[in-house]
Amino acid sequence: MLRRTFLGATALALGLAAAAHAQDDGKTKVGFVFVGPVGDGGWTFEHNKGRLALEEEFGDKIETVYKESVPEGADAERVMTQMALSGADLIFSTSFGYMDPTINVAKKFPDVKFEHATGYKRADNVSTYSARFYEGRAVQGLIAGHLTQSNKIGYIASFPIPEVIRGINAAYLAAREVNPEVEFNIVWAFTWFDPAKEADAAKALIEQGADVILQHTDSTAPQAAAEAAGDVYTFGQASDMAEYAPMPRVSSIIDNWAPYYIERTRAVMDGTWESQDTWDGIAPGMVEIGEISDAVPPEVKEKALALKEAIAAGEAHPFTGPINKQDGSAWLAEGETADDGTLAGMDFYVEGLKGEIPN
Amino acid sequence: MPGRAAGMCGMIALEKRPQPSRLWALATPLLAVLLTMIAGGLLFALLGKDPFAAIRTIFWDPLFDPQFSGYSRPQLLVKAGPLILIAIGLSFGFRAGVWNIGAEGQYIVGALSGAAVGLALYPYDGWIVFPAMVLAGLAGGIAWAMIPAILRAYFKTNEILVSLLLVYVAENLLASMAVGPLRNPEGGGFPGSRNLAQWSGSANPELIAGTGMHWGVVAAFIAVIAAYVLLARHMFGFHVRLAGQAPRAAGFAGVDPARLIILCLGISGGLAGLAGLFEVTGPAGQIGIDFNVGYGFTAIIVAFLGRLNPIGILLAGLLMALTYIGGELASFMLDIPMAAIQAFQGMLLFFLLAVDLLVNFRIRIKRREIAP
Repeated sequence: MLRRTFLGATALALGLAAAAHAQDDGKTKVGFVFVGPVGDGGWTFEHNKGRLALEEEFGDKIETVYKESVPEGADAERVMTQMALSGADLIFSTSFGYMDPTINVAKKFPDVKFEHATGYKRADNVSTYSARFYEGRAVQGLIAGHLTQSNKIGYIASFPIPEVIRGINAAYLAAREVNPEVEFNIVWAFTWFDPAKEADAAKALIEQGADVILQHTDSTAPQAAAEAAGDVYTFGQASDMAEYAPMPRVSSIIDNWAPYYIERTRAVMDGTWESQDTWDGIAPGMVEIGEISDAVPPEVKEKALALKEAIAAGEAHPFTGPINKQDGSAWLAEGETADDGTLAGMDFYVEGLKGEIPN
Repeated sequence: MPGRAAGMCGMIALEKRPQPSRLWALATPLLAVLLTMIAGGLLFALLGKDPFAAIRTIFWDPLFDPQFSGYSRPQLLVKAGPLILIAIGLSFGFRAGVWNIGAEGQYIVGALSGAAVGLALYPYDGWIVFPAMVLAGLAGGIAWAMIPAILRAYFKTNEILVSLLLVYVAENLLASMAVGPLRNPEGGGFPGSRNLAQWSGSANPELIAGTGMHWGVVAAFIAVIAAYVLLARHMFGFHVRLAGQAPRAAGFAGVDPARLIILCLGISGGLAGLAGLFEVTGPAGQIGIDFNVGYGFTAIIVAFLGRLNPIGILLAGLLMALTYIGGELASFMLDIPMAAIQAFQGMLLFFLLAVDLLVNFRIRIKRREIAP
């Protein structure tokens, strides 16, 4: 009997929702929940740039608030609830682990709009959005395949989720395309942001002979480790990380969230906001390729830019058959391209990659 | 020469009190909070924020602001529950000189064990599921604590190091469970278990809507009362106090050191395991790679802030929870960097340790005659 709390919870939710609209000064209030510090130089840094672009665009017609370094779980739920209570009209929760908390809070505040990055659960007032980072990974893989002398490419992976696995596969396929001898050495860091751990991973990979390091973690620590080692190439992750150009950082994948944040905020202001699922890539500019530095030979740079243009134009797809899965079973036939459903839930390596996805 | 200079302006000296001061023992936590507010206020002012608004947002708004308090007051219990439960367990060992620094690991293993039992029974949702999970959580926490306990009791290893290092082992175990055996088979390949809070068999919801009271908070209150009785009235409590204050006397009084170590670590591990289980079935909802957020470490601060006294721990846990919830509020309402909030929380322990000196020492200003 003690466990039957549904009715009570609903009553509370209604009370909360009413409280949320008690304070209304005509400004649209937009909240951001960040998984790392805004100064991480990577993932959160770029989301925060999107927030600043919002302020630039709308001036004093909006107010933005943010909370950095929010752990995924109960704390995220509380932070979002407090933001909604403070009168937020739109909340962006910018990490995969905020998925269930976002859905829970959205239930309590039906009039507040929520946007969850990189997840798959939606509701009437919850949209999801993500970027096709794997398109950028293909361009990176091409450059890496050309640059490596040792034919060993190190890869610092974060968590074994489809987004990360997709990136590894896309980079590997593109690298193997231009260099059949290439091998990937993948380290799972189990963190999005931990400079010490990321630096250790980079050093270990370099010691094992890698001369190109790709990373799916957010700090610049691997860049610093590569710079110290010398003659090791890296790529900026999530943000340009241009302070490490032209060496070791030879290019980057930049997540450009600003246009999306502006569009969605405008929709809330106009009253046209609807729940949707957005997955944009290079073409609309959500994924950008950072300046390819002079450390890359001109002909390689040309090929990389050509691949980028072809992907943007829809003429090339990073996952175009024939591709087998790691176990040798067929996945894509000659000329066939991967469908979004398979990509969204990707939990396998493609043929040629060594090691296992941790589980 | 320096001696003469000091002599001229008087000298500050510390004088050991014959007995620890009872007055100062009660006053120092309050003094530490006050000093934290002053130093924290200065820090916020240096960052260009209004220090009064910041302190008010941290300490007042979560409790009394009409906009937030309706939600954040119950949240205070949600946040304080695991802190108090773990800190009560730690306080026995800390009194007896048994230093369990690894409650975070016992918390994780408790949550994992409990969740594993629940998930093994899924989708059966009879009433037995939740109690079985609670027992498994308790057992998991105790088992993890037994590693440093047995190593210390029989092989004289340092339990501080062993228990601390086992936290990192537990974190890796957590990661591999979240992407492996405990992963939600219907989760599309994403890490993380089924949501235990949304399955009636395993859910640990609010017992009375809008209060924040879940079974973990109830358990924390029971632990406070039990610890109080145990320490004041029971032989075990006497042994714990004796072992801490006078180890040799404890030996003569027939206290078996090995037994004491195992009991102290067992109690703290068990309560930490329970805290983890109640968290994973309630507020957190699922086993995820980042399930643990540091309750096991923060509880060490809570235990000392509460002077290892059950009632003190209860109040310290609530205070700590207040600085967390108020800190979050200040962070996004006043745009204060999270690092500054964390520094503010750290100051609390720093000042407590600093003013703790006054319990055992008194400050004397000595005047020295100047030699002609």
